[in-house]
Amino acid sequence: MSALPTRRDEAWRYADLQAVAKLWPLAAPEQLVLAEGEAATRHLVLDTDAGAADIRQITINLAKGAKFSFQLLVMGGHYGRVELDVTLHEGADFDLGAVILGNGDQTLEIITTVTHAEPNATSNQVIRAVLAERSTGTYLGKVAVARGAQKTDSAQSFKAMLIDRTATANAKPELEIFADDVKCAHGAAIGELDAMSLFYLESRGLTPADAKRLMLQAFVAGVFDGAAAEDVLQAAALQKLGEMVR
Amino acid sequence: MFITAGIIWMPACPGMLPDMLKIENLHATVADKEILKGLSLEINAGEIHAIMGPNGAGKSTLTYTLGGRPGYEVTSGTATFDGRDLFDMAPNERAAAGLFLGFQYPVEIPGVSNVQFLREALNAQRKWRGEEPLSGGDFLKRARTQADAMGMHMDMMKRPVNVGFSGGEKKRNEMVQMGILDPKLAILDETDSGLDIDALRVVGDGINRIMRKPDKAVLLITHYQRLLDYVQPDFVHVLAAGRIVKSGGPELALELEREGYAEIAA
Ligand SMILES: Nc1ncnc2c1ncn2[C@@H]1O[C@H](COP(=O)(O)OP(=O)(O)O)[C@@H](O)[C@H]1O
Ligand SMILES: [Mg+2]
Repeated sequence: MSALPTRRDEAWRYADLQAVAKLWPLAAPEQLVLAEGEAATRHLVLDTDAGAADIRQITINLAKGAKFSFQLLVMGGHYGRVELDVTLHEGADFDLGAVILGNGDQTLEIITTVTHAEPNATSNQVIRAVLAERSTGTYLGKVAVARGAQKTDSAQSFKAMLIDRTATANAKPELEIFADDVKCAHGAAIGELDAMSLFYLESRGLTPADAKRLMLQAFVAGVFDGAAAEDVLQAAALQKLGEMVR
Repeated sequence: MFITAGIIWMPACPGMLPDMLKIENLHATVADKEILKGLSLEINAGEIHAIMGPNGAGKSTLTYTLGGRPGYEVTSGTATFDGRDLFDMAPNERAAAGLFLGFQYPVEIPGVSNVQFLREALNAQRKWRGEEPLSGGDFLKRARTQADAMGMHMDMMKRPVNVGFSGGEKKRNEMVQMGILDPKLAILDETDSGLDIDALRVVGDGINRIMRKPDKAVLLITHYQRLLDYVQPDFVHVLAAGRIVKSGGPELALELEREGYAEIAA
């Protein structure tokens, strides 16, 4: 791999560069190739030990008509980063459901580059982040539509919930479009739990922590709905959420 | 014996029954503005009180202040609830101690199921009181009974809290929640608003069924007389400009309806 990244590298702007330096140089990215018409699902829970750092880079190549569905839960370690570099060929489909759960001094990042190289491919990315204390959660999502990749249909949605005013969310959807007949939707929103809803739940007897946990559970639950590994993912997320609202 | 009716209702006898709620000289601010300005009120077990008053008098502010809503700050005065210092307790502790707030505008909470949250809430209350949790089966039985009584389908009870409910359904859902949680004191803030005449009867019957008991009490907050046709109060108070300016029996409500607040509160 190349030289150690700096703050000026857009993709590393919010990274914990000290942690990155310790992991440098990185191993070559994992290669994932789906053949024509192939369908696959996969999930990854980045549950690095407290204080440790981890960077995962995965290059995904989807041949004509291939379908790939990826569920990602980033919640462990002092620094955690998952980079996905996805290339879609004719009519391929990529689906990402990702959740970032941070507390303490964690810095957790998801960086995606989705390239629609050929026509008629679809991609859908849903990312939800819940950030407590002094944690930082980042989603940098780039969608590139190549010349001639007509009828591309791509969507990105990022929403973050800040539990404490000291937490930070960064979101940067980026579009690079060289075709004219494409649909690219993207949205980013950063908010806080609704105070009136919390009071309503507490007025019925829920502790403040349980009221928050219920609302946060609702906020992230949809992301993993119907996934093959749904139970594992929901259980891991729930456990971390429980720790975060204590 | 001359008992002819099925139920004998004894109006409360002061001195015999303990204070359920005693508010003394309460001052409260919202966003640094004083809204409650020396409000005093005493409610005994077995009593139903109604507070009536013009818009902006501070009725909802009183409800929220007693419930402990953040931003509603008690600047002076005291409130004792069932022997405890009310203002010393967090909102969830007030609920566990037996306080129920019926919201003027029940909140919609997407993604959080009614029954799931109510079961957790009830068991949190029981835990606080040192009681065993209710099993899933027993809880569902209780929920079904209460939902049936209010004409609510269990399907609706499983849906996210109040999401997509009509105004009337939200108010009925408040009553189902009250039935499930079985509080000692219910403060019901304009539970009658937005109800048609049939729903008003159902809600009124619900209040009577759940709360008209010697060891319970109700504070009904309302703008109009019509709910009081179904839930007859023992006492009626007029709240104006942050204080109780007049108290009386049920006849006061009729008087208010006839003459308007301006006359009475003046
Ligand atoms: N959140 C708030 N911020 C500022 N003022 C408020 C707030 N809530 C209520 N008030 C003010 O407090 C007064 C009493 O309101 P409220 O208690 O809602 O009256 P009521 O329920 O009797 O109609 C009104 O003047 C209202 O404008
Ligand atoms: Mg009001």
